[in-house]
Amino acid sequence: MMAKRYLSIHEAHELLAKGEVSSVELTEAALQRIDEVEEKLRAFVTVTRELALEQARHADERIKSGEFSVLTGIPAMIKDNMCTRGTRTTCASRMLESFVPPYDAAVVEKLNAQGMVMVGKGNMDEFAMGSSNEHSAFFPAHNPWDLERVPGGSSGGAAVSVAAGECIYALGSDTGGSIRQPAGFCSVVGLKPTYGRVSRYGLVAFASSLDQIGPVTRDVTDCAIVLNAIAGYDRQDSTSVDRPVPDYTKSLVPDISGLRIGVPREYFVEGMESGVEQVIRQAIGKLEELGAEIDWDVSLPDTPAALACYYIIAPSEAMANLARYDGVKYGYSAPEAKSMWDAMEKTRQYGFGPEVKRRIMLGTYALSAGYYEAYYLKAQKVRTLIAREFSEAFAQCDVLVTPTSPTVPFRIGEKMDDPLQMYLSDVCTLPINIAGIPGISVPAGFVDDLPVGMQILGEPFSEEMLLRVAFAYEQATGWGERKPPVQGKGR
Amino acid sequence: MEYETVIGLEVHAQLLTKSKMFCSCSTDYADAPPNTHVCPVCLGMPGVLPTINRQAIEYAIMTALALNCTIAEHTRFDRKNYPYPDLMKGYQISQYDNPLSHDGWLAIEVEGGERRIGITRVHQEEDVAKLWHRTEPATGETYSLVDVNRAGVPLMEIVSEPDLRSPEEARQYLMKLRSILQYLGVSTGNMEEGSFRCDANISIRPMGNGGSTAKVEVKNMNSFKAVYRALEYEVERQRKVLEKGGKLVQETRGWVEEKGATVSQRSKEYAHDYRYFPEPDLPPLTISREMVEELRSRLPELPDDRRDRFMSQYGLSRYDANLLTASRAQADYFESCLELFPGGEGEKKAKTVANWLLGEYARLFNVTETEITECRVEPRHLVEMLGLIGEGTLSTTMAKAVFEEMFHSGRRAPEIVQEKGLAQVSAASELEAVVAQVLADNAQAVADYRQGREQALKFMVGQVMRATRGQANPQVVNEMLVKKLEEG
Repeated sequence: MMAKRYLSIHEAHELLAKGEVSSVELTEAALQRIDEVEEKLRAFVTVTRELALEQARHADERIKSGEFSVLTGIPAMIKDNMCTRGTRTTCASRMLESFVPPYDAAVVEKLNAQGMVMVGKGNMDEFAMGSSNEHSAFFPAHNPWDLERVPGGSSGGAAVSVAAGECIYALGSDTGGSIRQPAGFCSVVGLKPTYGRVSRYGLVAFASSLDQIGPVTRDVTDCAIVLNAIAGYDRQDSTSVDRPVPDYTKSLVPDISGLRIGVPREYFVEGMESGVEQVIRQAIGKLEELGAEIDWDVSLPDTPAALACYYIIAPSEAMANLARYDGVKYGYSAPEAKSMWDAMEKTRQYGFGPEVKRRIMLGTYALSAGYYEAYYLKAQKVRTLIAREFSEAFAQCDVLVTPTSPTVPFRIGEKMDDPLQMYLSDVCTLPINIAGIPGISVPAGFVDDLPVGMQILGEPFSEEMLLRVAFAYEQATGWGERKPPVQGKGR
Repeated sequence: MEYETVIGLEVHAQLLTKSKMFCSCSTDYADAPPNTHVCPVCLGMPGVLPTINRQAIEYAIMTALALNCTIAEHTRFDRKNYPYPDLMKGYQISQYDNPLSHDGWLAIEVEGGERRIGITRVHQEEDVAKLWHRTEPATGETYSLVDVNRAGVPLMEIVSEPDLRSPEEARQYLMKLRSILQYLGVSTGNMEEGSFRCDANISIRPMGNGGSTAKVEVKNMNSFKAVYRALEYEVERQRKVLEKGGKLVQETRGWVEEKGATVSQRSKEYAHDYRYFPEPDLPPLTISREMVEELRSRLPELPDDRRDRFMSQYGLSRYDANLLTASRAQADYFESCLELFPGGEGEKKAKTVANWLLGEYARLFNVTETEITECRVEPRHLVEMLGLIGEGTLSTTMAKAVFEEMFHSGRRAPEIVQEKGLAQVSAASELEAVVAQVLADNAQAVADYRQGREQALKFMVGQVMRATRGQANPQVVNEMLVKKLEEG
């Protein structure tokens, strides 16, 4: 069974197709691994054991009948902010602790059609607000490379479960780095697609103009496979883009000779750990070795404004998106209240955690009469500038390469009392959401046995290019093959 | 001091689309049990997204065109944020600084002609849920129930400029606006059922003085009459405050029907800050000029045009033409009658039908509190009855009685005439005896007539009519009497 723990999708699929393993066996292996390590990792809010086994049995029948796809029967985890019909979807919040959606998110529907086996729902920062998974209302997730450290966030559970072998792939969501940063911290592959590439229908909204769903996988090939399954226009999401979906696995060619790769100097920020910088510079050296032309002189001067811009736009949208949780219709409702307003106030007072409240207040303030022009409107203008800057850079370069995070995974509790420090851990990832462009994080090495991720960025809808560069780098280095030391109970 | 009244109206009209503004739920909820026309989208459940109802946008554009507005090339939706349990998402998807259309006008009838009232904007939004406030009889505990059926129904907001100068003008404006919506077929315009709602901004200022005093917003007016009464009340209230040397404050007041008064609800300091911002779930809309022109070509004939045509084509007075065209159903009914009416002069026929519609129909609608759309008398049945008058079978007086019966029972004229023996008697042979009797009984009148007093003839015709209980054809009776008197 140990051999099966770290199978990729494509490896598992091959075994399934040959009849060498059944989906039930793969699923039982994942569930067994969950039993072994979950107490230490806390990657799951909910483990859907019965559902998974039922789906696995169904998948095995499909495989027997010959009608199956590369994702049929593969155990997966879904971040707990994507609606799953009949399975509670909590957003790691007390507010939705018992909320069971009567509908599936579009991505879940798509994966179900492919015969997904869902082993559970992923831990996260409450309503995806956070960079460490410590803002889960239930329990923080732990980094499998060092249990004392955070796995990153907000899709911490997704990255942890894939890294530690509790499932084969996961879906995360990324509003300011929530897929890429934890992928980097856990040494797995994470892709935030172009805004509009994947339907957001059924993704519980944090910041609607920034949110995007993407794969968290063991390798770049799996990333392409999952993207194939979830990308595409959805008439239920008016912000999804009606544009053909290519076969992303076709772009997995280990050849980047002649590609122009830019390194924006603003991404080697003050406060960046030297170990991380070293790893990234080595990784870039590797890309050069592989035949790419490196331009070390790219500049994106508005980058420092991105953080402020993000922390105006995202909370503003969040303020409105979270207004529906008033205890009237579903979710948590304060049991004792003197009046309607009292009930709504108490519901929100208890139902939301401190980080969520902080952001609701930030958004309320930024949109208030008299402040709108100075904050929200200005932020939107800066947003346009940042997008333009990227587009100018992509006129010179095929892709840009940066560190995914300025640091290695930090210690649990280290930044909890300092929101600004916490916000700064997304400094390399959030401009990408502001610009709406795609970004992928691939394992790029280690500093003192702690993972470092490299981020590759491209123009809108250049996922094929990102996958090609990531694949070439992965094939040449194999950093993703190293597995975390976390062991089962008693060790 | 003389004061000038300044009124601006804000109308919300539900659109007659099949499905809701942002989801596919049916809008036909009037007779549905609570919370049966709902889905995750209009319930505002986590993670769901709105999609725009194209029909609603088309209806709103048609309305804006009918109101002479400029249609925006680029428009977008915004979120209007305020917490209330009737608002499923905690915000309403509305339009703020880039509305669908702006700067139009609507003409109302005023003494000595018509006046154009400016339309600031027509924009698109969604309706909210309905709250039912209850009190537990045993404990006196109050609570509210939420019916989400109405939430998400397309709502059009039509804002006027502060161009109205009296409650009567406000009433005229509302009637005309409703009429236009009905002609377009985009809204029922029913105020009592809440598909057409009106809020008013009203202030008064010393005549001739351009400045304005504090603006008062009046809400909760549930009928045209209520709007009129509430505004009259406000004019008086505000005048009294100023005359006593008091100061008016900017506030929101609610009309309380039972009291016949407005009461203060909220002053400016507590005004909402709606924190509008662009709706990120919906991309901005580009409205092509082709689409605008296509919709313009689909506009039906509107009330003003139809009135003008009625005047020129049928020779009707402006007053009558205005009344007839105020409702599309009535104008359609009128023209159906004319189409079915055989032969004869167009203008005369038109006058006859118009007289019936504006006379007996109007009277009976008023008595029964019904409308032409509910009328049981079909155009062909009216024409049939008019035929009976034309051929002399029915006198005008009897026709009124027959029509009333038709109106209430839905039965047809010949049937009623036959059953009640109401047919007019025109045959001289049948009247001979009565005429002879009247002449014999009224020697004085006969003598008067012979001395040249025409009045006496009228009296004797009346006597014959009386004796035949109105069934005699007065024209025939007249001729017979004259003949007899001349002979004698």
